[in-house]
Amino acid sequence: MARRILTALVGAAVMGIGAHAASAATLDDVKAKGFVQCGVNTGLAGFAAPDASGNWSGFDVDYCKAIAAAVFGDATKVKYTPTSAKERFPALQSGEVDVLARNTTWTINRDTALGFNFRAVNYYDGQGFMVRKGLNVKSALELSGAAVCVQTGTTTELNLADYFKTNNLQYNPVVFEKLEEVNAAYDAGRCDVYTTDQSGLYSLRLTLSKPDEHMILPEIISKEPLGPAVRQGDDQWFDIVSWVHYALINAEDFGITQANVEEMKKSPNPDIQRFLGVEADTKIGTDLGLTNEWAVNVIKAVGNYGEVFDRNIGAGSPLKIERGLNALWSKGGIQYAPPVR
Amino acid sequence: MAIGVTNAPERSKSSGSIINDPQVRGIFYQAITVIILAVLIYWIVDNTIENLRRANIASGYGFLSSRAGFDVGQSLISFSSDSTYGRALVVGFVNTLLVAITGIITATVIGFIVGIGRLSHNWIIAKLSLAYVEVFRNIPPLLVIFFWYSGVLSILPQARDALALPFDMYVSNRGLAFPRPIPGEGSLYTLLAFLIAVAASFLVARYARQKQMATGQRFPVLWTALGLIIGLPLVTFLATGAPLTFDVPVAGKFNLTGGSVVGPEFMSLFLALSFYTAAFIAEIVRAGIRGVSKGQSEAAHALGIRPRLTTRLVIVPQAMRIIIPPLTSQYLNLTKNSSLAVAVGYADLVAVGGTILNQTGQSIEVVSIWLIVYLSLSLATSLFMNWYNARMALVER
Repeated sequence: MARRILTALVGAAVMGIGAHAASAATLDDVKAKGFVQCGVNTGLAGFAAPDASGNWSGFDVDYCKAIAAAVFGDATKVKYTPTSAKERFPALQSGEVDVLARNTTWTINRDTALGFNFRAVNYYDGQGFMVRKGLNVKSALELSGAAVCVQTGTTTELNLADYFKTNNLQYNPVVFEKLEEVNAAYDAGRCDVYTTDQSGLYSLRLTLSKPDEHMILPEIISKEPLGPAVRQGDDQWFDIVSWVHYALINAEDFGITQANVEEMKKSPNPDIQRFLGVEADTKIGTDLGLTNEWAVNVIKAVGNYGEVFDRNIGAGSPLKIERGLNALWSKGGIQYAPPVR
Repeated sequence: MAIGVTNAPERSKSSGSIINDPQVRGIFYQAITVIILAVLIYWIVDNTIENLRRANIASGYGFLSSRAGFDVGQSLISFSSDSTYGRALVVGFVNTLLVAITGIITATVIGFIVGIGRLSHNWIIAKLSLAYVEVFRNIPPLLVIFFWYSGVLSILPQARDALALPFDMYVSNRGLAFPRPIPGEGSLYTLLAFLIAVAASFLVARYARQKQMATGQRFPVLWTALGLIIGLPLVTFLATGAPLTFDVPVAGKFNLTGGSVVGPEFMSLFLALSFYTAAFIAEIVRAGIRGVSKGQSEAAHALGIRPRLTTRLVIVPQAMRIIIPPLTSQYLNLTKNSSLAVAVGYADLVAVGGTILNQTGQSIEVVSIWLIVYLSLSLATSLFMNWYNARMALVER
């Protein structure tokens, strides 16, 4: 029997960590297989959701496309792995996905003990609460005694416990593994309150049966810097994923858009010339392991950061989320990128 | 080879070569299997450790004693976000046990009723039982759980319009709220009286059996035992001044507060597992009863034993011998199926473990705990049922 238990244990170990060892040079692996395997949400409107014909779109999906464009010059060379909150980390740890672009909060625990690397923050978020208007609640501090719907295994779940404890409020957590299950339970009236990142609440409100009957409370109870994550131990791949984000920010900074990127190549501004890889003898892309055209390819594929934001979650989308903290640093926000030099 | 040849005359059955000796071959193949297995295990463990190290993932079971930081909705033991991960797992384990034990009891009761119903001479009862079995046996358990969960959520009223039931009970889509008894001073005597009554009932039953063996006279054991078990604690309870108060649920701003609540998650899982497993148990019961040869009941009738006694003393004891072994598998299935709880958000071992897995990233450790707990639970059930089976087995003289 002892042997049987051991075998079972070892079997679990294999399942947990994936059959093949994660190789150090992710870029070589990606180039060899011909596409980027991107871990995304199972369906969060505006961030990552498939349409009726199975085409993925959204804010996070555009980051996947941008990375593929940087590596291959072709934004279609990407495959998506939808992951639940619980599945996402093992998927990245095991090497099943090359990068996790799944509205995932950067925390010290994930950066260290879980073996990931975060750097680029593509969305500064914070946790909020949504309630039915009929409850006449104006502040989260009035929520004592409420049943709260929350997705398991998220920082949200932990912030929720901390917030209610700090403010000495009682609550009854109703916990589900999948976002769709949380939605259905909240919509059916199983709980009074729905809590997740505020961006998520805006997105989820649209999917409820009567969106107008729900309101988002003003309190933001946490810092949720969301960004793409990669495995530790591969600095080159980490640099590529980070700099794809910085390229998007710098492009917005320079006023380079999807439409005018070819034109901008002729710009006399040396900063832009360097950024777009048209400077003579430049190594701006080859040092990253990419072509010097990489930034051009990224912008051609998805546009600059502002375009990505507006198209998926901002003014040009049904979500209509304001830029807020996510405006460029020069426009009152905190989105800031190191210089391409 | 040479040895094989020299040994050949001594081995009368072998054809001369050691290669053809079945015993040697057996040992050889077993040794090969063990070696392959050992190498495989070594390779897997080594690979896992190496991968973990390379991925910079912390490992070990130390995380169990750190602060959990999350809350659990349903818990029989006290739990807060300040408790440890280890305690969270215990909460999950207790919840799994709760749904498994209540489910097993209910499934057995429904299963026996439906199983006997299928053998009924009453056409309607027989066909209703048949329909029950065919419907629940042929739907995946997960769908049955969803069926009950959405049924509970969509049919029952919203929390603020909770339906009032007698005895200060309320039902809504947040579950069934009922008054929680709070035992006061002196309740210990009532409990003591109850235990004494149970012990006395056992003695009475033994006395009755001996008396029947010796004289053939029967003694009303059931009524005596019932009188003892209900009467004695009741008298004690009243004599000590009825030391019991109730925490009654009252309508709060969002929910009913106070009292105890059985949530819709538990209800739907419990109902689904009970109804689903009962369909299989019904078939097992029917097979068991059918498996007792007709001659047995005919012989009992010939001896002048009345039909009810025939069923109780002749048919059921023999049927049980056929029923118990497959019943054990159904109990194990129910316990394992309780892990589907994660679909409706019931905080069982898998759901809580999943949360911990995600908060700590200790996937291998958590998965290994799951495996060990479910294995132990199943083995314990098997042991108990094997013991019961041995007790019920035909004693051959």
